[in-house]
Amino acid sequence: MRTDVSQINESTPYMELTEGLQIYAGGTTKYFNTGEWRNNTPVFHEDKCKQCLLCAPVCPDSCIPVVDGKRGAFDLDHCKGCGICVKNCPFGALEMKEGVN
Amino acid sequence: MNDRIEIRWHGRGGQGAKTAALLLADVAFKIGKQVQGFPEYGPERMGAPITAYNRISDQVIRVHSNIYNPDYVVVVDETLLHTVDVTRGLNPAGAIIVNTCKTPEEIAPQVAPYNGKIVTIDARKISEEALGKYFPNSPMLAAVVAVTGIMPKDVFLNEMRASYEHKFAKKPEVIEGNMKALEMTFDAVENRR
Amino acid sequence: MAIRERMSGNEAVSYAIKQINPDVMPAFPITPSTEIPQMVSNYIANGEIDTEFIPVESEHSSMSAAIGAEAAGARSLTATSSAGLAFMWEELLLAASNRMPVALALVNRTLSGPLNINCDHTDGMGARDTGWIQIYAENNQEAYDNFIQAYPIAEHKDVRLPIMICQDGFITSHAVENILLLEDDVVKKFVGEYTPEEYLLQPGKPMAVGPYAVSNYVMEARKNQLIALKNAKQVILDVAKDFSEISGRSYGLFEEYRTQDADYIMVIMGSAAGTAKEAVDQMREEGHKVGVLKIRVFRPFPAEEIAEALKNARAVAIMDRAESYNGNGGVLGCEIKAGLFQKKYMVDTVNYIYGLGGRDFTVAHTMQIFHQLSDMVENGTEVEQYAYVGIRN
Repeated sequence: MRTDVSQINESTPYMELTEGLQIYAGGTTKYFNTGEWRNNTPVFHEDKCKQCLLCAPVCPDSCIPVVDGKRGAFDLDHCKGCGICVKNCPFGALEMKEGVN
Repeated sequence: MNDRIEIRWHGRGGQGAKTAALLLADVAFKIGKQVQGFPEYGPERMGAPITAYNRISDQVIRVHSNIYNPDYVVVVDETLLHTVDVTRGLNPAGAIIVNTCKTPEEIAPQVAPYNGKIVTIDARKISEEALGKYFPNSPMLAAVVAVTGIMPKDVFLNEMRASYEHKFAKKPEVIEGNMKALEMTFDAVENRR
Repeated sequence: MAIRERMSGNEAVSYAIKQINPDVMPAFPITPSTEIPQMVSNYIANGEIDTEFIPVESEHSSMSAAIGAEAAGARSLTATSSAGLAFMWEELLLAASNRMPVALALVNRTLSGPLNINCDHTDGMGARDTGWIQIYAENNQEAYDNFIQAYPIAEHKDVRLPIMICQDGFITSHAVENILLLEDDVVKKFVGEYTPEEYLLQPGKPMAVGPYAVSNYVMEARKNQLIALKNAKQVILDVAKDFSEISGRSYGLFEEYRTQDADYIMVIMGSAAGTAKEAVDQMREEGHKVGVLKIRVFRPFPAEEIAEALKNARAVAIMDRAESYNGNGGVLGCEIKAGLFQKKYMVDTVNYIYGLGGRDFTVAHTMQIFHQLSDMVENGTEVEQYAYVGIRN
């Protein structure tokens, strides 16, 4: 029987943990809100964006969704605010702002 | 325990003393004996002196140590007589079997103070005559079987033929030569009795 | 019907592997275990088994690949010795903590220095705290039998831990001896197919293996791993019982040879146990009440059971074929003494270090040790508590 990983947390007693701490589910990192680690937040100026898409592949946390050849708004639940996308944008369409929002 | 025969082989790396010890274990196994055949590894290099051992018994063999008081010693390379104390611990009621063209009388001073039985076998001559090449293994194996009396000649030859037929399935031309080498050695040893 | 054969320990283990036909074998050669991957490769090349052999560039990789294959759902194994095992050290812990029932044929050899290729238990003892099950063999027969029991133990749902099947380098691995083999179909049926419940290559059932764990998970994870290792004790006995039904050969956590009424007992592991038994038989004929306790299962360590088996002895010689450099004795010496103390059995013990780097251990050595024990107990003679057997001085 597969243990429901959403039921496991840092208070779970040892008897209820999985064998070898294996995680019986896929894509579970998206449940982990790493966005709350952020000190600086990228801002997207859509009017300056040429949709060159140089930003999306350099994001280490896959927080720039690309749909139908166009990038969308940042996934701020997972963006850690590293600023790599901002450095990489040739058109000044991205900037870093201090703070979590 | 009393029926156990212990043999120590002295050779040089690459000459096949280990292989001969394993062949002896093999043939003794085939007649229903409990056997051990194992090498003692030193530098593991071509030409370096090596030692191999056999225990052959009707009882299960549990000991896993080297052999210090062999009943028989086999010297595959005569030059080892100068460098290795081949007769060390050798049972005086047993024998030393040396691959040489010399006679036992000529070898005796080289293995003194051991004064037990010495058997000499010219494995080179036999091998070259029977096989056209120098492979001391078969003659030395036959000599050991003949001297120790582990099994009668016909049983030995039958078992060896079967094993050669298996081993040399792709080179049947060498089977007869090897059989001839075994037979020549056996007869040479028996004639000297 | 058993098949009468004669083969070396390496041949015997390779033959067991052939009969089991595991899925994946990554391996890197090292003396004296090299023959095992070599022989298995031959079986594969001859089409006798369809094991996937992965030639890797190091033991670090062979164990990594074995873990990966196992995680993917394949029954995997490797073989190594000495420095090869040391080079796997990190992965040994990973295999155990990730609960991968990998099998490892360990052909015991010392570690440098001085550089030496021969037998002692330095490699196996070095891996004693890695969470692996370790089973030792006296001879080729036991190496073969233990390997056949390896997967049923390791893969058992209460265990799911990696297992090392150990035999003494050269002394067993390269010695041709008589052996009784089981038929292929008997082995196949006994070992069965590997059917893990969870594995990586299972469509629609994603999973992750070996995740990062913050401190709040680590002690709980280790506790679970320890429970699994302790469970192995019963599973090893159960599997041994099933094995005796197909083979007629019985195994326990350890073997007690003429110990029931023995005043003096030697505790020993590996090929030298046979030599010690021979000495016991000879001494019994002269009226000495001596016996041998041969450790088969080293991990999980049967400390309590051994303490029970030794409690009536007047003195015990504990034989270690490895130096532990703790300054207080060998691994077995320390663990057995701890077990006796825990049970409050105040039995006199003497710890001996023997057979390092292939140094021969003989019937005469065994007898000397028994005489030393009796001299200590009966005449009050001082005996060195932590002595090297046969050392030149």
